[in-house]
Amino acid sequence: MDITVNILLTIATAATPLLIAAIGELVVERSGVLNLGVEGMMIMGAVAGFGAGYLTGSPWIGLLAAIAMGALFSLLFAVMTLSLATNQVATGLSLTLLGLGLSGMMGTSFVGQPGVRLPNLDIPGLSSIPIVGKLIFGQDPIFYISIALTAAVTWFLFKTRTGLTLRSIGDSHTSAHALGIKVIRYRYLAVIFGGACAGLAGGHLSLVYTPQWVENMSAGRGWIALALVVFASWRPWRVLAGAYIFGAVWIGQLHAQAFGIPVPSQMLSSLPYLATVVVLVLISRNKRLTMMNTPASLGQPFVPDR
Amino acid sequence: MGGTVSANHDGTNLLEVRGLTKIFGTLTACDHIDLNIAKGEIHALLGENGAGKSTLVKMLFGSLEPNSGEIFWNGQAVRITSPGAAKKLGIGMVFQHFSLFEALTAAENIALSLDDGSPISSIAAKARALSFSYGLPLDPESLVGDLSVGERQRIEIIRCLLQTPQLIILDEPTSVLTPQEADKLFETLERLRSEGKSILYISHRLEEVKRICDRATVLRHGKVVGHCNPREETAASLARMMVGNEVQAVERAPVEGIETAPSLLEIRNLSRKPATPFSIALKNISLDVRAGEVIGIAGVAGNGQGEFFESVSGEVQQHDAASVRIRGKNAGGLTITGRRLLGAAFVPEERLGHGAAPRMKLSENLLLSRHATDGKAFVGTGGMVKGAAVYAASQRIIEAMDVRKSAPDPEAAALSGGNLQKFIVGRELDRRPSVMVVNQPTWGVDAGAAAHIRQALIELSRSGSAVLVISQDLDELFEISDAIAVMHNGELSRPMPIAEATFEKVGLLMGGAEPGHAEHTLETA
Amino acid sequence: MMRLELVKRPQRSALFSMLSPFIAFALTIIAGAVLFALLGVNPLTAFRIYFVEPISQVWQLHELAIKAAPLILIAVGLSVCYKANIWNIGAEGQFIFGAIFGSILPVLFPQFEGPLVLPLMLLCGMVGGAAYAAIPAMLKTRFGTNEILTSLMLVYVAQLFLDWLVRGPWRDPQGHGFPQTIQFGDSAVLPELMPDAGRANWGFVFALVAAVLVWILMGRMLKGFEVRVLGSSPRAGRFAGFGLNRMVFFAFLLSGALAGLAGICEVSGAIGQLQPVISPGYGFTAIIVAFLGRLNPLGIIAAGLVLALTYLGGEAVQSALGISDKVVRVFQGMLLFFVLGCDTLIHYRIRVIGLALTKQDSAAKLEAAPKLKEAR
Repeated sequence: MDITVNILLTIATAATPLLIAAIGELVVERSGVLNLGVEGMMIMGAVAGFGAGYLTGSPWIGLLAAIAMGALFSLLFAVMTLSLATNQVATGLSLTLLGLGLSGMMGTSFVGQPGVRLPNLDIPGLSSIPIVGKLIFGQDPIFYISIALTAAVTWFLFKTRTGLTLRSIGDSHTSAHALGIKVIRYRYLAVIFGGACAGLAGGHLSLVYTPQWVENMSAGRGWIALALVVFASWRPWRVLAGAYIFGAVWIGQLHAQAFGIPVPSQMLSSLPYLATVVVLVLISRNKRLTMMNTPASLGQPFVPDR
Repeated sequence: MGGTVSANHDGTNLLEVRGLTKIFGTLTACDHIDLNIAKGEIHALLGENGAGKSTLVKMLFGSLEPNSGEIFWNGQAVRITSPGAAKKLGIGMVFQHFSLFEALTAAENIALSLDDGSPISSIAAKARALSFSYGLPLDPESLVGDLSVGERQRIEIIRCLLQTPQLIILDEPTSVLTPQEADKLFETLERLRSEGKSILYISHRLEEVKRICDRATVLRHGKVVGHCNPREETAASLARMMVGNEVQAVERAPVEGIETAPSLLEIRNLSRKPATPFSIALKNISLDVRAGEVIGIAGVAGNGQGEFFESVSGEVQQHDAASVRIRGKNAGGLTITGRRLLGAAFVPEERLGHGAAPRMKLSENLLLSRHATDGKAFVGTGGMVKGAAVYAASQRIIEAMDVRKSAPDPEAAALSGGNLQKFIVGRELDRRPSVMVVNQPTWGVDAGAAAHIRQALIELSRSGSAVLVISQDLDELFEISDAIAVMHNGELSRPMPIAEATFEKVGLLMGGAEPGHAEHTLETA
Repeated sequence: MMRLELVKRPQRSALFSMLSPFIAFALTIIAGAVLFALLGVNPLTAFRIYFVEPISQVWQLHELAIKAAPLILIAVGLSVCYKANIWNIGAEGQFIFGAIFGSILPVLFPQFEGPLVLPLMLLCGMVGGAAYAAIPAMLKTRFGTNEILTSLMLVYVAQLFLDWLVRGPWRDPQGHGFPQTIQFGDSAVLPELMPDAGRANWGFVFALVAAVLVWILMGRMLKGFEVRVLGSSPRAGRFAGFGLNRMVFFAFLLSGALAGLAGICEVSGAIGQLQPVISPGYGFTAIIVAFLGRLNPLGIIAAGLVLALTYLGGEAVQSALGISDKVVRVFQGMLLFFVLGCDTLIHYRIRVIGLALTKQDSAAKLEAAPKLKEAR
């Protein structure tokens, strides 16, 4: 029984960064912007989170630093694509490349240092209830943030006026502009929100998942988060489901390696990436679903006439 | 009708514009425009395509910033810096190219343009009530992408009315309506005028301007060339003011013995499932276009014309090879290149991005549709392009069609709409095709170029080719066609010989109604 | 609040088309100087070590060519993809698979020798890279799957596959347990161009030839026209009768084959055997090379040399100044950023609106308005 609980807990831990990064990117894409720099913002969040936590001894400061770094880094993307109307695909890629380089440089002195970990929630009494106690009341704080974030984004997008405006911009930025909606301003905010989420996801990696600094420790999770958004056809709760499926695959292959299953470990390690390809194929086969849900102006640069 | 006041002499103009100027690069789109709009009048803004009408209204609505000039609202100098500011003043706008969101519902679309924080559910109720009171029925829950063009325009109008504006700007509102729908719209406009609202009505259709407008301001090449009372003018005199000189009327000699001429384009039971959630299915379309005739296809935008063009051109192929036959050969299974090689030529509706690649030179755009048909002349051994030959041919077309341009071989996007369209049509005419299919030949084209293109199409048919013209412009179809068929909701009516066709008959078919059936009164009841 | 506003130019600016890579490079140098200063190093010293010393002797130029060859080969292929608006970002994986396929002969059949070995290896390398690139192409054309994500995911898979090969079935039994294959035989090694002067091998020549051929393809041939039309306006391309699906395969197979060729050249020429890691991220750096070269094959040659220099310079500052070699990636990333930013100048003029410290937009606009009139 304990093993099951522990596996479930680790799955949640593996799913949380994917979920947070993907929810952030979902908001960005709903506004019509494609930011392929998730991996770069995530790794920057991870190094900033680890560094700030390590230097101050406080994982909470680390967490804030991770969020701030993600947001700051995404601002670079926003200036390029929104103010200078650069190609979003290429700019997102360069954000990732730059993030991987910068984080490596910033983290040189952190390699091999012991990090700090965000403590798990521990409510006396409740957390010790068998099975559910640990699952519901004994996880790390970011887990709760991720669930709350999913609910909040759902509410924001589909129940608020501002959320409606954001979706309208994603559908047609020219129409939105003609109505007097400040397209660029909304998109800036969306991109920065996405960056903060990616930073938070990175912070989870270096402050909860494996509290240490390893170069390239995001290991493609940013890209998987991007795939999750497509997989979920831009719906927040489906992102949550997808993130947990991927968390399970990730943990499953680690456990399979630990149990010594007679399959090369490299093959198991490649499972999450192969699974990403497979789910993308499965979802893109449903053309109608994809077409109805894809924000129509996704990836198109917008330059208003003045 | 209380709004026949022709002008306001006591200085109570709602809107006054003095010397408004807008410059794009080297082009002065609006050059010191003066305009007065009185309270409770319908004021026409006349001018041909490219005269600066759209630029002017975009400045009035705050989506473009003037380079110089002043705007007075109720006598007060104002700066309209954004559409939001325009709305606050009391200016509402119904766009020609709708600013609607296809993935959202009608109510959500309306909510987006209202600044107050009222919940969407209450907006839906308000919109429903208002739409019925003006006779423009509307279902607020429906997805805009599923609606017809006429229904979309209703959303635009209701959206505008909900803001209780004092001035309503309508940009070419009837270009997407059937004649009967347009009548309905005029009733609404007259009612608005009787409520004391002012309307700025932009059109190039002179008859309707004469019918409903109290005053008119005429633009030509970005300048005001005159103010007048359209009721005292004739259509011809208004046209002269717009164009600056007499436009050569298109000449169409009647055709004889067409029944015996061979059918060069045969369409037999052509059907197509909708390709995307928002597109139209084609249902059992059959049509013959014979050598020597021009057949026109009328219809309100969005009734399957685009889908039909794609199917006939071969951009989308058919399973049934016999459903499209060109010069007696089955072509349904052929690509667009295969159909061109049979002697067909095509001109799509959209110029930039479909008929031409915007960022490519004219010579390259010549290669676009003719790399296969003129393979020997333009492409050498090993797939090398013969640049000099392509360039020479493009210059030949530029000359034949009188294409005006600023550089020897400019990018397509640098040309005006009319000049680019002349090039695109000329590119196909230059081949002397036996079958020519044109979608919206003169959309957004100035009068001179339009006449040139129409005459060229008639001449092509008289030289023995079959010409099929799809258009939403009824005047154009009556001018050039030997017979007119109507497309409605993916179905095509039998072609009516031009001698029997009237606006009313064609208009009723465009609305999808049987002749004599009073659909609109039923719908609004 | 300061705001940037873009004003569309009526025609693309030929001046900025030429200048933009140079402006970008200059900006990178400035940003790099700031970076070095922050690291506590005199920027001038750092630049001398980074950009000048690595190419001050002939043998070093050979090293530059060794690094530039794979970058140019890959970037030339990618330029075709990007011109066609097809986003292959998995060149790193295609590079690895080219290396693996090309190594089948020397690793599994080391007894097979002679002049045929090398051409066969190169061919296998191209086939391997193209075959691996065919996967995202097939998924895109068949199911409409986004090629950016699939091609990238396959990079991770390729890296793990190579890792497994050299630690498992292909490991050199006499290699003392090191994760590597046997050393390639003499006839499987790509010859050096001028053995007396330095190590540069035929890979650099292949790169130059590929660049020139693709330049002719793109500028002079109907196929290149097809690539450009489909990339810039797909609907016009369809109207022209060009098939988008065929183009996806063409672009992926071409770029995959060139990346595969780069992979086998690297293994056969510079390394001499397969190892767990055979590339310092050439497949990703080549993306930067492609953009810095403005997607023009001849520009890519120059850009490839510049980026190769960043690798050499990175090694140099690491050994001379003790700065992390990660500075290379930072330089490369910054360069790409600046290149993309400067490309905006080709189609737009940039206007800075308002420098008011208040957030009120209207105030900023009022200030900007008189400036505008003066500017006219």
